[in-house]
Amino acid sequence: MKTSITRRTFLKGSLAATGLTIAVSVSPFGTRLLNASQSKDALKRFKPNVWYEVSPNNVVTVFIGASEMGQGTHTALATVIADELGTEWKQVRVKQGPAAKEFHNPLLGEQLTVASAAVRGFYELCRKAAAAGRAMLVKAAAASWGVPESECEAIKGVVEHKKSSRKSTYGELCLAAAKLEVPKEAPLKKESEFRYIGKPTARMDIPEKVKGAAVYGLDISVPGMHYAVLARPPAYGAKPVSKDEKAAMNVKGVIKVVEMPMGIAVCAKSLDAAWKGRKALDVKWDKGVLPQLDNDFIEKTMMAELDKPGSKAMENGDAKKALEGAAKKVKSTYFVPYVAHALMEPINCTASVGKDRCDVWAPTQGQTGAQALASEISGFPPDKVNIHTTYMGCGLGRRAAPDFVVEAVIASKVTGKPVKVVWTREEDIQYDLFRAATCQRIEGGLDGQGQLIGWSHKAVAGSIFKLINPKAIQNGVDIMSLWGLVDFPGSPDGNRILYEIPNLYLEFLISELPVPVTAWRSVQNGPNAFVTECFIDEMAHAAGKDPLEFRLPLLKESKGAQRVLKVAAEKAGWGKPLPKGQGRGIAQHHCFGTDVAAVAEVSVNEKDGHVKVNRVVVAVDCGLAVNPLNVEGQIQGGVINALSTALKEEVRFANGGVKSANFEDYGILRMSEVPEIEVHLVKGNEKMGGIGEPGVPPTAPAVANAFFNATGVRIRRIPLTSNAVLEALKKT
Amino acid sequence: MISLNVNGKIYKANVPEDASLLWVLRDHLKLTGTKYSCGIGECGACTVHVDGKAERSCGMTAGEVKGKKITTIEGLPENNPVKRAWIKEQVVQCGYCQPGIIMQVAALLSETPTPSADQIIGKMDDVICRCGTYPRIKKGIKTAVQMARKEGK
Repeated sequence: MKTSITRRTFLKGSLAATGLTIAVSVSPFGTRLLNASQSKDALKRFKPNVWYEVSPNNVVTVFIGASEMGQGTHTALATVIADELGTEWKQVRVKQGPAAKEFHNPLLGEQLTVASAAVRGFYELCRKAAAAGRAMLVKAAAASWGVPESECEAIKGVVEHKKSSRKSTYGELCLAAAKLEVPKEAPLKKESEFRYIGKPTARMDIPEKVKGAAVYGLDISVPGMHYAVLARPPAYGAKPVSKDEKAAMNVKGVIKVVEMPMGIAVCAKSLDAAWKGRKALDVKWDKGVLPQLDNDFIEKTMMAELDKPGSKAMENGDAKKALEGAAKKVKSTYFVPYVAHALMEPINCTASVGKDRCDVWAPTQGQTGAQALASEISGFPPDKVNIHTTYMGCGLGRRAAPDFVVEAVIASKVTGKPVKVVWTREEDIQYDLFRAATCQRIEGGLDGQGQLIGWSHKAVAGSIFKLINPKAIQNGVDIMSLWGLVDFPGSPDGNRILYEIPNLYLEFLISELPVPVTAWRSVQNGPNAFVTECFIDEMAHAAGKDPLEFRLPLLKESKGAQRVLKVAAEKAGWGKPLPKGQGRGIAQHHCFGTDVAAVAEVSVNEKDGHVKVNRVVVAVDCGLAVNPLNVEGQIQGGVINALSTALKEEVRFANGGVKSANFEDYGILRMSEVPEIEVHLVKGNEKMGGIGEPGVPPTAPAVANAFFNATGVRIRRIPLTSNAVLEALKKT
Repeated sequence: MISLNVNGKIYKANVPEDASLLWVLRDHLKLTGTKYSCGIGECGACTVHVDGKAERSCGMTAGEVKGKKITTIEGLPENNPVKRAWIKEQVVQCGYCQPGIIMQVAALLSETPTPSADQIIGKMDDVICRCGTYPRIKKGIKTAVQMARKEGK
């Protein structure tokens, strides 16, 4: 996570289309834009860096390297560029940028749209890149009129010299500006001069999406394109024992059967033929590495793992001693199951390994990884591997993994044809890389005054780094799996338990279950916040204190958390009585640089066990919100995803593999289950935070805490299904 | 060879009678606005109008719709109140489910121009949006209803 941008040259590329090579580097003094060479082509438009170009027809085209999966990054970054460049919004078009070093996110060190990092990562850079262009346009105008630059003003896509009443549009000035040297540093606008940043802007991708014209990965069509589908193992680690390749090849249209690490691919001229070929292939598999794996087995295994020694992940003071001397102790065990991404657009990818280049059309969140793997498989150097990022039908972290790219590039290389790999919905769910299940036990201690003095915490979860960067697992500790509980070394965000607990001990053990896991909107902040925010509530109850009043004094150093808790509580009417059978719960979490607090109100039907969430009030402090309208939408979306996990989602396993297969047995939240959601923006944090993910973590614990408030019964496991609720109520 | 009337145009597709309407639209007619997501009629991403009624194209065959009028998202006029309301209320996030959802809403409003909350839920619980745009879908429906009423449509 930690990537220093200081002194690092991160934009340096050859813009073949313009023949203009520009290098941009970030120095401690800001962006330096170097104009390396110019050609005749460069004179057809003004493109001082990779981010945008101005054409004589007065159109400004912005190129964004980050992926657009619905989170609104393309529009947000385009408004930043438009504002600082001084154009009219209606002049601006946005295009997806290619895979290129120029588009590596300074916060991440590669081109990867994750960690709610796109807008906050590129904000400063886009401003500097645009300010340089504005300065050049002003300079070009001043020179043509023979007036001082200081007397000219650039605004609304026009440079104006008021004294002589002269003005020229950017389109008119762009060719002259293109001949100028890119300034090493250009002055930035004042915040008060912003016309778009911080104000609601309609998203640019919406009209084409409403038309049905937006192109997603599954919509890609390439001349001569073939299709591939894979027969995949039904159980983890299962190996094929037999297959009928001849029968598959006899299906009209099937051209090849290819073994891959993930399964056996059937390549055909049409999708239908590929599916028929897969059926005819009739692969028989062995039982896999853990045929007894099912939901009971998972939960029992992880509970047992809790009793095995783990690795120390964090220690402040002496939790053991504090707990020994505590006046009151609470010990609880929590479980959060595996959940699937269940993206509306099933996983897919199209690749073409040609004679001298490789092209990949991918709904990917990770261009750098996709390019590196495609390069390795195709044998072409990265500069001959073109990653065409498509729109994607939701991402949630799943599309940062490059497995589908590997499948398509192998299939294309082996067949010599452009190939689209298509996953069915069933494959999408059954071969998902899930949000890691976790089992956690906490023991907390209060002194005689009800002060929280000790906290001993043991967590078991699958390793997120195992798939993407196993070297990052150090001494048995995976900080991705512990995100939200412990800090990343050197991370600027603050990812730890924020509560100021004098004696805190945290131990972690990687679960050995063979279920593959990866990031799922907010990574493990979601499950980890569920555990800590419910347990804090338990401690408040044990102390006989109001859950809000108990939290605030433990967050003296976390002003953002205090702010959002207070605003959410106030807006929700915290403390006001609710009818019988209803309850209110609160929770907060800080992640990706943003503080969010949620208050949930629920009704519990004690007869049928049905939990209905009536209202969720959210307060968000993400610092400057580039597009508040979009922030609201992202927070609503995060809350809804989290409600879905709180009320419904749990992957079912059987016979060593995944049993859930489609939306009929893997239900996600539908409209009737969605409560009224209020989002309140609180601008307190100085640094900009992310907004894609932080809506998730506080939501599920707020619901579980509301359930306790309504019933007096604590449920330490999600989802709160009717059966789970009836069982919990029966026990007490 | 099957002849299909889609968006007021006659297409000829060299597919068997039992070919899935969804994949015929997408792969043969290149009308990719209609989306594949679940294939079992659970999510509504593939919703089209067949003689004005919202239907899941994943569950229909090309043979079944011979002689019927099919409208896909591409054929729903740009000035349809639902399309305009979706832009006005900024409903869309990833957008993958939205063509189907728009078709679902457009059919609902053509049958029931001022639907009650229950009538809306009754139809909209048949579709899924993973991004969680439901609050804005509700807003979008309200706005579309108002637009249509104002314009006497």
